[in-house]
Amino acid sequence: MGDSKLDLLQGTLDLMVLQTLAAMGEQHGYGIARRIEQVSGDEVLLNQGTIYASLVRLQQRGWIDAEWGVSDNNRKAKFYSITKRGRKQLQEDAEYWHRLTAVMGRVLKAGTRE
Amino acid sequence: MGFLRQGWNRVRAFFRKGPLDADLDAEMASHLEMAVEENLRRGMAVEEARRRAMARFGGVQQAREKQRAARGLPFVDVLGQDLRYTLRTLGRDAGFTVVAVLILGLGIGANVAVFSVVNTLLLRPLPFPDAGKLVRITTVNPPCGESCRTYSADATRELQERNRSFERVSGYFAFTSADNYKLMGRAVPLPVTGILVDQSFFQTLGVQPVLGRLFLPEECLHSARPTVLLSYPFWKRQFGGKRDIVGQAVDFNGTPVTVVGVLPDTFDFGSVFSPGAKVDIFTPYVMSDFEEDGNDLALVGRLKPGVTMAQAQDEANSLFPKLDIDLKHPEYNANYHYTGQLIGLKDYVSGKLRRSLIVLWCAVGMILLIVCVNLSNLLLARAAARGKEFAMRSALGANRGRLVRQLLTESLILSGAGAVLGLAIALGVTGFLAHQGSIALPLLSSVRIDGEAVAWTVAIAVAAAVLFGLMPALRMASGNLQEALKDSGHGASAGRRHEGLRSALVVAEIALACVLLVGGGLLLRSFLHLLDVDLGFEPARATAITLDFDDGQKAAARVAQWQEIIRRVKTIPGVETAGISDNLPLSRNRSWGISAKGVEYRPGELQGTFVFIVSPGYLPAMGMRLKEGRDFQWDDADPVVIINETVARKLWPGQDPVGRIARAGGTDARVIGVIADVHESSVEGEAGWQMYLPVTSPKFGPEGAELVVRSTLPAGTLAKSVMATVRLIDPGQPATEFRPVQQLVDHATSPRRFFVLLVGIFAGLGLLLASLGIYGVIAYSVMQRTQEIGIRMALGASRGRVQRGVLGKTLGLVLAGLVVGTLGSLVATRMIASLLFGTEATDPLTYAGMIVLLMAVALLAGYLPARRASRIDPLVALRTN
Repeated sequence: MGDSKLDLLQGTLDLMVLQTLAAMGEQHGYGIARRIEQVSGDEVLLNQGTIYASLVRLQQRGWIDAEWGVSDNNRKAKFYSITKRGRKQLQEDAEYWHRLTAVMGRVLKAGTRE
Repeated sequence: MGFLRQGWNRVRAFFRKGPLDADLDAEMASHLEMAVEENLRRGMAVEEARRRAMARFGGVQQAREKQRAARGLPFVDVLGQDLRYTLRTLGRDAGFTVVAVLILGLGIGANVAVFSVVNTLLLRPLPFPDAGKLVRITTVNPPCGESCRTYSADATRELQERNRSFERVSGYFAFTSADNYKLMGRAVPLPVTGILVDQSFFQTLGVQPVLGRLFLPEECLHSARPTVLLSYPFWKRQFGGKRDIVGQAVDFNGTPVTVVGVLPDTFDFGSVFSPGAKVDIFTPYVMSDFEEDGNDLALVGRLKPGVTMAQAQDEANSLFPKLDIDLKHPEYNANYHYTGQLIGLKDYVSGKLRRSLIVLWCAVGMILLIVCVNLSNLLLARAAARGKEFAMRSALGANRGRLVRQLLTESLILSGAGAVLGLAIALGVTGFLAHQGSIALPLLSSVRIDGEAVAWTVAIAVAAAVLFGLMPALRMASGNLQEALKDSGHGASAGRRHEGLRSALVVAEIALACVLLVGGGLLLRSFLHLLDVDLGFEPARATAITLDFDDGQKAAARVAQWQEIIRRVKTIPGVETAGISDNLPLSRNRSWGISAKGVEYRPGELQGTFVFIVSPGYLPAMGMRLKEGRDFQWDDADPVVIINETVARKLWPGQDPVGRIARAGGTDARVIGVIADVHESSVEGEAGWQMYLPVTSPKFGPEGAELVVRSTLPAGTLAKSVMATVRLIDPGQPATEFRPVQQLVDHATSPRRFFVLLVGIFAGLGLLLASLGIYGVIAYSVMQRTQEIGIRMALGASRGRVQRGVLGKTLGLVLAGLVVGTLGSLVATRMIASLLFGTEATDPLTYAGMIVLLMAVALLAGYLPARRASRIDPLVALRTN
């Protein structure tokens, strides 16, 4: 039980990271985490540290690239950017999510009428 | 594609932990700094800004571990952790580790060694190409010894021409004695053992020479120049492995013989056809030379592709009765009828051993079970002691799977170490066995640790680890956390749960050991019975040496020479008597016919009779007992014969045979004596019909000469003086080995000795392990109950009472084990009933003896902890803890 829940969250976080990078372009880990918190309206209570597991996973799959650089306020940081394959993956995953949420919505609605 | 890439990256990351961790640390540090900075910008105090940033980030260590798990090979990491942890704990508990590895090593070693033997003798095909098609051809219910299992040259030729089932049929001369050739061209002629083989013998087996070629058809003709094939070890030993030996002539028995080839190292004639024999050379069997000699070829065939054994047997049933024993003497054919029984060569070679080997295999299997039970027990004891440790780990978040995994890692490491030790033991044992030429077991020389044996080792090591590790692991991991943490050893209830299980294990152990001991005891008793068998001769103090035997026509000269040798050997101080025979008991044998002259016999009433052509003095030299009449004399004029009691009883029932005339070996001979039956072909079997004919008569040609000397001298001294005497008369005498006659008996009993020794060792091992198990359980329960015992002693329990209490518990376990074990033995020994000799499978003495032995050892194992319990000082016991 615990495992499958974790999987879902994991996949969700990965998708959020991909979307964030696609929307914002090059960004460091802190920036991505803050952005997700802001966009989600602080509904996702994210331990910011967990983002690094997601980042390394996406990187190993070849969906994002990483490079050390210097931030706006002159601080050394690792910057991530989405790759071409990452964009393709994002598109597929997003479609999947839309379909899933649509179906889930319909099913749950049907359930309430009883 | 993505997964492949990810997998590859994971492996790379696994090996680049250092740099990746540093990278991640730098990244997280920069992350936190940015967060603090932002908080400061929002106007927080420095402390608060830092605290908030840390809170939002979550645990740094957790993040690091999550990232590591995501990028690397967490499974391997965990394994590494488990391994390190296990090695540390095992290292701390060195006593336990050593005992466990030792026990496992013995158990696994015994199993691997026996597996190698079983695999070589039973499971693996014979070392010939397509060996499943090879068939040994012998007689249906042979009525006598080797002579009734072999075929004549004419019959063989007819079979080769007429059969439709075999690709090839061939054979070898079955009556060869050891050291029948002399290798000349050196200071002292070297005795060499050579076998005559039919032309296509090696082709039939599928043996190809490593050098040169096999015999050609024209080399098997009477007029052909002599040729020889060398066995690989002989070639290496005598000719230094020189490749140019092929084509050269070598002097055997004074005749130059051309070497045509060298057989491969993998071909060991003795190990397949004559266990325990070493064969040096092969020479062609010239059919035309043996046409009038009767049966002397042992036949082997190779089935044609697609022909089944049943079809071939069908053909044999109709074909064999039509074969002729001797075309030149058609009158013999009327009296001799061949039969053909086909047996797979593999079955023929090791079929008789199947049951013994399976028993052996079961015995070591039981040892392994006892080892596992023992280790389970040891681990359970440890588990009880480590209960709190595991409860603590569990409380700190380790899940059940993780704990079981950790414990199984521990068992695997233990059994892995045990397997390494076991493999070393097995290597030693198999190396030793492979060089036991004196054990008459087929294929023993090719027993070795090979890939299959290593695979078997791994398999049983893993199986053992799971078997002995799983139960304690599940037991431990399922423990109730609270209970374990609370229970700090105050009450006696601590180990109760464990103890019940452990007691059951000990009972199982004792039961298994009991079965092993009873089985071993029965086999041992059989063996002792075997040693007590009256052989009909006295092997002690008798020594045999193969004399140089001239197969020429000068029979009179030979007799004179032998008479002189015997006369002079008898004058050597310390020599009681000496004599010559062409055959010795329990070695090769040959049968002729004997009947009372003038009596008509029904078919089947007469039996093939073992023939020994002997000189005067041979019978006393062998320590044989003359029941009536007299021994041969050098000047016996007309043909005479000495018969054994069996022949006397069958041919002249209720009468005195001495002085009567018998038809013996085709001649009329006067019976001059009756001699006690001799076990001529096996120690275990009954004696057959036997007759002794004199070497002095020109009518009976001896086939070889064994000089038997009865003496009190030590073998070394005797060998020197006898050899010097023999050389004085026959300078051509090769440096033949002196063999105590006891060796013949030992050789004949060696398979049984081998099995008894092994089963005995296993039974001893089982006893040792079972007593260790009892000791462990009792000692542990005493340790656990130290306080309880202390209280009871403080309340007035006497030492004796405490001791009796502990011993009583031991006795309970032992009795339970013995009841189960005895019942088990009654079932198990039925399996070995056919292996017993002169002993019933339910032999009460063996059962009682083994039960008493087991009980004594078990009580001793229980007594040591009982004594310790009674020495507990109540004050100390109550103060500690």
